[in-house]
Amino acid sequence: MPDAFTESFDIRAKDFSSAGEASAKIKSVLRLLGIDPSLIRRVAVAAYEAELNMVIHSSGGKMNLTITPDCIALLCSDTGPGIADINTAMREGFSTAPHDIRMMGFGAGMGLPNIKKNCDTFSIVSDSGGTVLDLRFLI
Amino acid sequence: MNTYFHSVRLDRDKCKGCTNCIKHCPTEAIRVRDGKAQIIAERCIDCGECIRVCPYHAKIAYTDPFSDIGKYKYKIALPAPALYGQFKNLTSIDRVVLGLKLMGFDDVYEVARGADIVSSAAHRIDKHNYPAISSACPAIVRLIQVRFPSLIGNIVNLQTPMEMAAIAAKREYAAKHNANPDDIGVFFITPCPAKMTSIKNPYGLNKSNVSGAFSVIDIYGLLAGQLKKPGVTADAGDTASVYGVNWANSGGESAASGIDNYLAVDGIQNVIKVLEEIENQKLSDLEFFEGLACPGGCVGGPLTFENPYVARSRIRSLSKKIKQKKPSAEYTQQYIKDGSVFFKEPIKAHPIMSIDNDMVAAMKKLEQIESITERLPGLDCGSCGSPSCRAMAEDIVRGDAKEMDCVFKLRDKVSLLAEQMVELTVKNKQGDK
Repeated sequence: MPDAFTESFDIRAKDFSSAGEASAKIKSVLRLLGIDPSLIRRVAVAAYEAELNMVIHSSGGKMNLTITPDCIALLCSDTGPGIADINTAMREGFSTAPHDIRMMGFGAGMGLPNIKKNCDTFSIVSDSGGTVLDLRFLI
Repeated sequence: MNTYFHSVRLDRDKCKGCTNCIKHCPTEAIRVRDGKAQIIAERCIDCGECIRVCPYHAKIAYTDPFSDIGKYKYKIALPAPALYGQFKNLTSIDRVVLGLKLMGFDDVYEVARGADIVSSAAHRIDKHNYPAISSACPAIVRLIQVRFPSLIGNIVNLQTPMEMAAIAAKREYAAKHNANPDDIGVFFITPCPAKMTSIKNPYGLNKSNVSGAFSVIDIYGLLAGQLKKPGVTADAGDTASVYGVNWANSGGESAASGIDNYLAVDGIQNVIKVLEEIENQKLSDLEFFEGLACPGGCVGGPLTFENPYVARSRIRSLSKKIKQKKPSAEYTQQYIKDGSVFFKEPIKAHPIMSIDNDMVAAMKKLEQIESITERLPGLDCGSCGSPSCRAMAEDIVRGDAKEMDCVFKLRDKVSLLAEQMVELTVKNKQGDK
């Protein structure tokens, strides 16, 4: 077995009381592993945005964290409506979040661009069945 | 420095080994082992939460003995503005200043005046790391060093009011009385252990300008007696502005610094939650974050006497009676121009959370922690001496605890053993027949 640590987190749709818990847990795992603070911050920002995206837009999903000595991988897969136009969704300020979500301080349209900015490789696949984000961070 | 000085300590004789302190420590720095609390030095940030919650007063703060003023030819008191909230019906700062002089100090330089100088330098805050984070509360700075090292760059480059007051007090006294600065002792009257610690382990500079610190609670009785003496009415010279004095309350620094887009949070658990949000870049449109470890701000320090809400309200009434104008730009500029108001050294990170320096070994240990955590009951009762089941799992992997320290695990084991003994007895009896 190669040296890898894996952990999986269930994300529930519209559950704002536990939103952010998965990314907080990911952060504490990275702290225990002694990962460089600036890298922890990048992963934390991306993980938090991805988690909130799933809570706000999807019907729920999973975040899978895989850590090897040279890479942190975060695979976020959800079921739900998917993203109609990924290119537009990647634009800063573009948002499909409804009014009530915006009133909570979310949905400013910075999520996906911010995720991309913080990871080393970013891939997104989306169709009407859901969205899969594959985020990698080099250690 | 090899050993880090801590003001917060344990009085072993008084400790009953209960779980109050371990459950309230924000950095999980306390364990109960062999019936007594133990503070893990690298993790302790000297916030004093444990002092507040210990029902047996077994957590204490080391501050200097008052007799230390005798070590210096000239003695200057640096009272924290929180001190003013301790006295009923205080109508002017002059009375406190003169009371301190009657106690044996040659002069008094209010820390609130240091705060006035620091506030006047706020326009120099580095704006590239938003939000800028206040450097004033040493417990919060230490918290960031150990738990939020990625936010160190956000801490403003400004000395604490205590250090600023010490610099100004020494310089101005030496000039006025033609005294040798080495003969001048400047003593801070502190509401908290974290400030005491920051004198011994300063941040933003190599050596603190403060000679020592006495706790508000130690000074309170002596000073209260002096305040009652008749004749304590004379003019005390320059005193701090209402802005400097209000640094004692949460939000006071932001108001004094003229920052509108600020967030002021008090109470260490609340501050931790907001720092998590700042780390997640959720508050990047915020200009300034003022986080204070104690409830209400410094008025709620664990070494104060009065209830923080009462103290806060007293400072509010005192505020109406004191100088309303900020000090002149000419006065404050001298400390900005010569750079004394700014840090001399960068603040360093001291991350303490990692479980092993080798990443592969750390990953293996993390697997172990996860599987032990699953086996533990998840009640976070603290009976094992660790603050939570998860923390206990970490302690087991670090070699500091055993699974059988868990009372529930032990109970299961005992009942299993009892069953096995019964089985064995039955078998033996059957063998006898």
